[in-house]
Amino acid sequence: MATQLIKGNTAVIIGALYAGCDCFFGYPITPASEILHEASAHFPKVGRKFVQAESEEAAINMVYGAAAAGHRSMTASSGPGISLKQEGISYLAGSELPAVIVDIMRAGPGLGNIGPEQGDYTQVVKGGGHGNFKNIVLAPNSVQEMCDMTIQAFDLSFKYLNPAFVLSDGVLGQMVEPLKFPEKSISPEPDESWAVCGNAETKHNLVSSIFLDFDQLEEFNFQLQEKYDVIQNSEFDYEEYKIKDASIILVSYGISSRICRSAVDVARQDGIEVGLFRPKTLFPFPGKELLELARSRKCTFISVEMSNGQMREDILASIMYSRPVELVNRMGGNIVTLDGVMKKVYEVADREN
Amino acid sequence: MAEKVIKRPDSMYSEFARKGGAAPTATHYCPGCGHGIIHKLIAEAMDELDIQDRSVMISPVGCAVFAYYYFDCGNLQVAHGRAPAVGTGMSRARDDAVVMAYQGDGDLASIGLNETIQTANRGEKVAVFFVNNTVYGMTGGQMAPTTMIGEKTVTCPEGRTAEQAGYPLHMAELLNELKAPVFIERVSVSDIGHIRKAKKAISKALKVQKESKGYAFVEILAACPTNLRQSSEESIRFINNQVEKEFPLKNFRDISDCTVPLFRGASDFSKKSLDNIFNLEKDSSLDSVDTPNFGDIGIKIAGFGGQGVLSMGLMVARAACDEQYHVSWYPSYGPEQRGGTSNCSVVISGEAIGSPIVYEPDILVAFNQPSLEKFASDVKKDGVIIYDSTVGNCDHIIPEGIKSISVPATKIAMDAGSKKGANTAMLGIMLATGRTKLPPEAFNKALDETFINKPKLIPLNKKVLNAAVKWAEKNIK
Repeated sequence: MATQLIKGNTAVIIGALYAGCDCFFGYPITPASEILHEASAHFPKVGRKFVQAESEEAAINMVYGAAAAGHRSMTASSGPGISLKQEGISYLAGSELPAVIVDIMRAGPGLGNIGPEQGDYTQVVKGGGHGNFKNIVLAPNSVQEMCDMTIQAFDLSFKYLNPAFVLSDGVLGQMVEPLKFPEKSISPEPDESWAVCGNAETKHNLVSSIFLDFDQLEEFNFQLQEKYDVIQNSEFDYEEYKIKDASIILVSYGISSRICRSAVDVARQDGIEVGLFRPKTLFPFPGKELLELARSRKCTFISVEMSNGQMREDILASIMYSRPVELVNRMGGNIVTLDGVMKKVYEVADREN
Repeated sequence: MAEKVIKRPDSMYSEFARKGGAAPTATHYCPGCGHGIIHKLIAEAMDELDIQDRSVMISPVGCAVFAYYYFDCGNLQVAHGRAPAVGTGMSRARDDAVVMAYQGDGDLASIGLNETIQTANRGEKVAVFFVNNTVYGMTGGQMAPTTMIGEKTVTCPEGRTAEQAGYPLHMAELLNELKAPVFIERVSVSDIGHIRKAKKAISKALKVQKESKGYAFVEILAACPTNLRQSSEESIRFINNQVEKEFPLKNFRDISDCTVPLFRGASDFSKKSLDNIFNLEKDSSLDSVDTPNFGDIGIKIAGFGGQGVLSMGLMVARAACDEQYHVSWYPSYGPEQRGGTSNCSVVISGEAIGSPIVYEPDILVAFNQPSLEKFASDVKKDGVIIYDSTVGNCDHIIPEGIKSISVPATKIAMDAGSKKGANTAMLGIMLATGRTKLPPEAFNKALDETFINKPKLIPLNKKVLNAAVKWAEKNIK
C-alpha cells in the first residue's frame, strides 16, 4: 500500500503505466498537456514508447497502428483535439480495435477557452465520428478514479475490442489528492487471434473497417449493436449518495458530482431530503437504475452539469419523461457552484411543499 | 545458367479470397493500371529478402484500398492519408516488423501530406511506396497534387493552371530536404526497362526495413488509363514523354551503407520498475482513513503569482495526507489567473470530500489586498483571516466578528534568513492557530517532502516555520 499526493493528469499516466500501456501518442493542448508531459517523462524510463505526434489525427492513427498490433496504446487531449480525432476513433470502432482516449474537457465551442466544461458529453458518449458506433465512456470524479478508470478503460477496451474513453475535465486534471497506487502491474500479451504483429503467427490477420457489400456491412453494424447491448447490460456503473429517502435527486458526473455531494450535505442540514446519483459510466448509461428510482417514488431529478444539458437528455429518455428533470448548469469555463445547486434545490423543495 | 521460372511470388496470394467474386485470380485493378505490376514487384522483393512473415502492409484509401486482397502478410487498412502515422504506431509497438505504407498521390501528397513529411522527418522504420499517376483514381479522376500543368482531369477540365491550382508537388524532392530519410528514389513502371529499375529500388527500400535502418521512400510513376482517358499505349507514352519530364527519375539518396540499425528495445512491465519511478518505497504515506468526527476544514490561500500561494497550499495538503486525512488541493486557473492573482483551495476532511473548491473558508490566507477584498466576506463566522501586514491597515475589509491576524510574514522569513519564505512563515502561523488540527510534525514532514530535491532549503524553511510559530505565540491573543 502506497499513497502519494498526485495531480489528476499525472494519475492518468500512473494508471496507464500499471495497466501495461505500451505506447503513448499525443499532441499538446491545454488543459490536457500534462498527461503528455508525464508520458514523455516516464514512458521511456521503462522502455515504453512515446511519440509527440504532429497532429491530433496523427496521434490517434499512431494509436490505431499500435492497437492493430494488439498492444495497449493511448492518447489524451481536450475538446478541440477530440473533435480532430473523431475520424480515427470511428476507424478504431469500425476495425474493432482496443484503445484508450482521455478527454480533459475544456470550454467550447470553437477555440472557447481553457476553463473546465463538460460540453464534450455528446461527441464522446454518442460516438461522435461517422457511423453507428459507440465508445465505452468512464467518468472519474477524483484523482483516484483518474488512475483507476484509466486502468479499467484498458481492461474494457480489450474485453470488447472497442475504444474506451476516460471523460474528465480541467478541474479533475488540475486538482491534487492522495492517490493509492495500483497494487499490481499488468504485462500484456497481444492477442494473436486478431492482432497484426509482423510475425508468422499473425500474418493472415487483417485489420480493416471496409465492407464493400451493403448486406455484410449492415450485418457488421448489427453485430456492433449487439456488442453495445452486452456492454449496456453488464458494464454500467454508478454511485449513490444518501438516495434512499431522497425526493430530490441530483444526477451528476465528474467534477460537478463533487459539488453535488456537498450540496446534498448542506441540504440535509436544512432538512431537505436530497440525494445524489452519479453515473460512473456514461456509455453504458445507468438508465434502468434511474428509471427504477423514478418509479419508486414521487421525485424530481436535477441534472447538474457544465454543459447545455447534454446529459439531461439521457436522463429524460431513461426515465421516459415520467418525472421532471431540472437543469443546473454552467458553461464557458465556469464551475457549477454550491450556491447554484442549492438555489435550485430550495426552489424545487418550495414547489413540492 | 540456372533456369528461371516465372511464377507468382509467395508473398502474394495465389487466389484472392478476400476479393471474392467470379475471378479469384484477377485483380480489381483496371487494364493498363500500374498497381498490379507494383504489387508484384513488392511481393517478389519480400520473397527474395525473406521478410514475408515480418511484413505488415498498410493499405491506403484510393484504388489500392484493397492491397490486402493480394499481399500474403499482415495487413492493415487505414484512413485516408494516415498510413504513415499508423505505420509509426505499428513500428514503435513492433520493433521487428517490416512496415510498408502503400499510398496514392491524393492520399500521400494531399490529405496526408503532414503525416508523410513528419514520418519521414522522424526517420520511422517504414517503407513508403508512393504511386504517382497524376490523378485521383477511386474517387473518379479529380485533380491530384501531382497533376501537371495543362493536364486535364474531372476538376480541371480545361487543364491545370498554375494561377488556379498552383504547381505539381514533387514529393521525392521535398522529402529529400529532410535529414532523416535513408533511401529516396523515383522510378517508373511504364515499360520493361523501367520496371527492372523499379524492382531494384523497391528491394532496396525493403532491405532498409529488413535491416531496421529507417525511413525509405520510393515514388513510382504509374499509368491510370481509365481516369486519364488513355489507351495503354498512350498511357506509356504519356509517362515516358511527359510525366518523367516533370518528375525526373533518379535516386535522390541512399545512405543505407553508413546507417546503423535502430532498435527501440523491449518494454518493461514489472511493478518494481514502476514503483521505483515513483519512489514508492521511500516517499509514500499511509492510505487515507475515515475519521468521521474530524469534520471538514476549508482553506483558501490567495495572493499574487510568485508569492508561493499554490505551493503553500500543497504543503498543507501534504501535511494532511501524511496524517491520513482525506485532502484535496485545487488551483484556480483560467480567467482568475489574469492580472497576476492566483489562489488555491485546500479541503481537509475525515471523510470523502465533496467540492474541492472552497466557497466558505474556515481559514483564509491573503498575501495581498485584492485577495483579501475578494475572499474576506466569504469566510465562515467562526473562521480566521491571516493576511500579510505589508498590505497595511485592512480593518475596513475584515467583516465584523471575524478573527483576523496581520502577520509580518516577509519580515519573519527574512529575519530567519529566507528571502522567499513568506509562505512558509504563513504556514507556521496557520499551524500555530491550531485551526488545521494537524500536528507540528506533519508540517515539518511536509517541508521535508516539498524540498526533497532541494535539501539545502529544508533546514532554512524549518527555521522560518519555527520563527513564525514563536511569533504567533508571542503576538496572537
